[in-house]
Amino acid sequence: MELNINNRPYKVDVEPETPLLWVIREQIGLTGTKYGCGVGRCGACTVHVNGHPMHACGLPVAEAQGARITTIEGLAKGDALHKVQQAWLDNDVPQCGYCQSGMIMAVAALLARKPHPSDADIDAAILNICRCGTFQQVREAIHMAAKA
Amino acid sequence: MAHAPKISRRTFLVVTAALGGGLAIGIVPTGRAAIYRAADGSPEITYWVVIRPDDTVVVRIASSEMGQGSLTGIAQLVAEELECAWSNVTWELPAPGISLARNRPWGFFTTGGSMSIRGKHEDVRKGGAAARMMLVQAAASAWNVPAAECSVDRGVISHKTSGRSTTYGKVAEAAAKLDVPKDVPLKDPKEWKIAGKPLKRLDTLDKLTGKQVYGVDIALPGMLNASISACPIFRGKLKSVDSKKAESMPGVKKVVRVGDDAVAVVADTWWHANTALEALVIEWDAGENAKVSGESIDAMLAEGLSAQKVFVGNKVGDSKAAISGATKRIEAIYDYPFQTHACMEPMNATAVWTRDSCEVWCPTQTGHEAIEAVAAAAGLPIAKCEVHRVLLGGGLGRRLFSEYAVQAVLIAKALPGTPVKLLWSREEDMARGRYHPATKAKLSAGLDPNGDLKALEIRISSPSITAAVKPEDLENGKDREVFHGLFAAGGETGEDSLEYTIPNLTIDHAMASTHVRLGWWRGVNVNENAIFLECFVDELAQASRQDPLAFRRKLMADHPKALAVLEAVAAKGGWGSKAPSGRYRGLAHMHTRDTYVAALAEISVKSDKIKIHRIVVAIDPGVVVNPAQVERQIDGAVMFSLSALFLQQCTVKEGRIEQENFESYDSMRIAQMPKVESIIMPSGGFWGGVGEPPVCVAPPAVLNAYFAATGRRIRSFPLKKHGIKLV
Repeated sequence: MELNINNRPYKVDVEPETPLLWVIREQIGLTGTKYGCGVGRCGACTVHVNGHPMHACGLPVAEAQGARITTIEGLAKGDALHKVQQAWLDNDVPQCGYCQSGMIMAVAALLARKPHPSDADIDAAILNICRCGTFQQVREAIHMAAKA
Repeated sequence: MAHAPKISRRTFLVVTAALGGGLAIGIVPTGRAAIYRAADGSPEITYWVVIRPDDTVVVRIASSEMGQGSLTGIAQLVAEELECAWSNVTWELPAPGISLARNRPWGFFTTGGSMSIRGKHEDVRKGGAAARMMLVQAAASAWNVPAAECSVDRGVISHKTSGRSTTYGKVAEAAAKLDVPKDVPLKDPKEWKIAGKPLKRLDTLDKLTGKQVYGVDIALPGMLNASISACPIFRGKLKSVDSKKAESMPGVKKVVRVGDDAVAVVADTWWHANTALEALVIEWDAGENAKVSGESIDAMLAEGLSAQKVFVGNKVGDSKAAISGATKRIEAIYDYPFQTHACMEPMNATAVWTRDSCEVWCPTQTGHEAIEAVAAAAGLPIAKCEVHRVLLGGGLGRRLFSEYAVQAVLIAKALPGTPVKLLWSREEDMARGRYHPATKAKLSAGLDPNGDLKALEIRISSPSITAAVKPEDLENGKDREVFHGLFAAGGETGEDSLEYTIPNLTIDHAMASTHVRLGWWRGVNVNENAIFLECFVDELAQASRQDPLAFRRKLMADHPKALAVLEAVAAKGGWGSKAPSGRYRGLAHMHTRDTYVAALAEISVKSDKIKIHRIVVAIDPGVVVNPAQVERQIDGAVMFSLSALFLQQCTVKEGRIEQENFESYDSMRIAQMPKVESIIMPSGGFWGGVGEPPVCVAPPAVLNAYFAATGRRIRSFPLKKHGIKLV
């Protein structure tokens, strides 16, 4: 099976129903994308598929063939952080950090679609669970990134 | 502190490459008995400080970092006394095996009870100050001048009269050979330049790029992966397992019985292991506990409300007589559910076992206990074992337990020499938690003709966490922890004291017992105690037609610090002035982990929906090391506690927990997160905790606001049981 992840081609030999999450983590070895629930509920596994935020834990790898997949590792351009990552750094957002890859990917997708989201837009689009409770900093950092 | 080790030296296989470096410390014998070196060869100056030739300062962090930010706070305290440049500071996590071999030079590793900073501040500051003195002495000796003539600024040592200067990195080798001074004066916090400031965390960047290695991300050469299922009826056993189908599935290497109550599948990938696990045909020997239900536990706790055999936690005067003679008697029963931690990173550990060594990589809140458990499971002396600590994807108290590390070792023992990573599915994590105990409380009070509180009784009925997991800590059978926040002021219980003066008082505990596994959950018992106490005090104010703040003030004349945080939230929250239309306010305060906290909630209610517009929290932890991180802990505590209040309950059916994933055990989303306003007001002179105390105050404040809005007093939780939604 051929995959395009972070603008690089990969060939993997896996059962077609294997969730994209586990292929990314175990075959490709990119572990920034996290397992949190496996049922598309927590958002820790959020990646971009053709620019859209998707829960990689519920997406069979066969359906991701030919798509442009971006993971947290592919968000920065070289050493230059993506504006969402930069806003996260400037606002000191993460606590334990485990959910933050998914959170950042969800926010990057939101800003691509809606460069200046309102609080209501954020509430509707960002459904990720964070058990540390970083939401207040997340909201501030989203607005900060929107201005960048 | 002494440098020369009295223990035999040993060298560990330190797989730093797998971890991206910086996480493991090797002991490299140097031939110079006095110097310990980090894995990269840089000398240790004191236990807490390693200095690299390029002036990088590596601070050793004994506590676990699970998001609470104490890693950065500890580094600030060390750097403050060390007088190094903050931009040169980095960190590493000493391994428990090395700690034990060196006779625990970093003290306790256990990260709970909001102890990371309040239990370590003196040691780490002395470690930094002593290192500074040694580095200065090394420079002074090289220049042949008195150390007192030298000054330090951000890691640069200067001798003004001769115009010479050098850096920490250049004199570190010489400094490491010096004796550690015993008389180490510390700065007054008023002089702090690094500590006490809202500095950014040291552990952020890798969390933004996917580079941060958590336990789930450990990758070792030749590593296999495991998924496990343990008997969902606690204390039950594995009776039989038919693994024929699973063994023929892709990637499966082995099916392993783990202890007497679990079975694991080991495969090339976790996905294969977990898929095959679901194909096992397992028969459990559940025993009598399969008959236990939520109803039977509820009945047991209800019995405790009138039990005769109780443990007394706080007693003043004669509450019984005072209540029976009171003008007005009030009574209420509160009911708090089982809850689980649901850390974002499910439990996991990676182990490699051979006949003469065992190494484990594991997110743990308790390094020393983890290595003891690992050694026992490995069947090896502790000196042949190591636990490599990594950052935690949440802890919340759950990782004070090490059974997943034990399981990983038992699985690895079946595959000698092969590293095996065990990761629990979310379902396993929910089914095999260490649950915050279900608790009932009956509160009774007597008011005099003026409506003043003459007597209060609180009967707590609950299974005891201490009895379940640390019975050696019971005091003649009594579990002190259940009284957190309700103790008499002063003395050894004064860190968690009841901040009201009540002339007749009895607070006691009827200890129940359950097969449901119990554990410490961020904040622990003070969380439900705050709801019981602070909602009931509001009920008393209502019964005597008094303003809830005025009613409290009368009981708090001798509690100035507690009153100060309460007054602070009242003032900022506009208590006493008219709330915006449709909005209602509630208050609560508590004293726990030696910290005073209070909250004001402002909410509006539309039929079954509650909107929380703001939560104002005031905190007085005595000394604040990083106000920005304290603020974040408050935000997080509000989120954690309100998720619990509105959404979370673990129900028991046929002996097992019914909730399986976030669908049935939900957590608040950003849309529901209220605006949190923090008032950080350290009054100095004591060191209180921060990670837990703010958890307990937002729920009673919200419940009191809900009463103000609706006249409806809710006494059982979570609120979703009553059809109430947080929007």
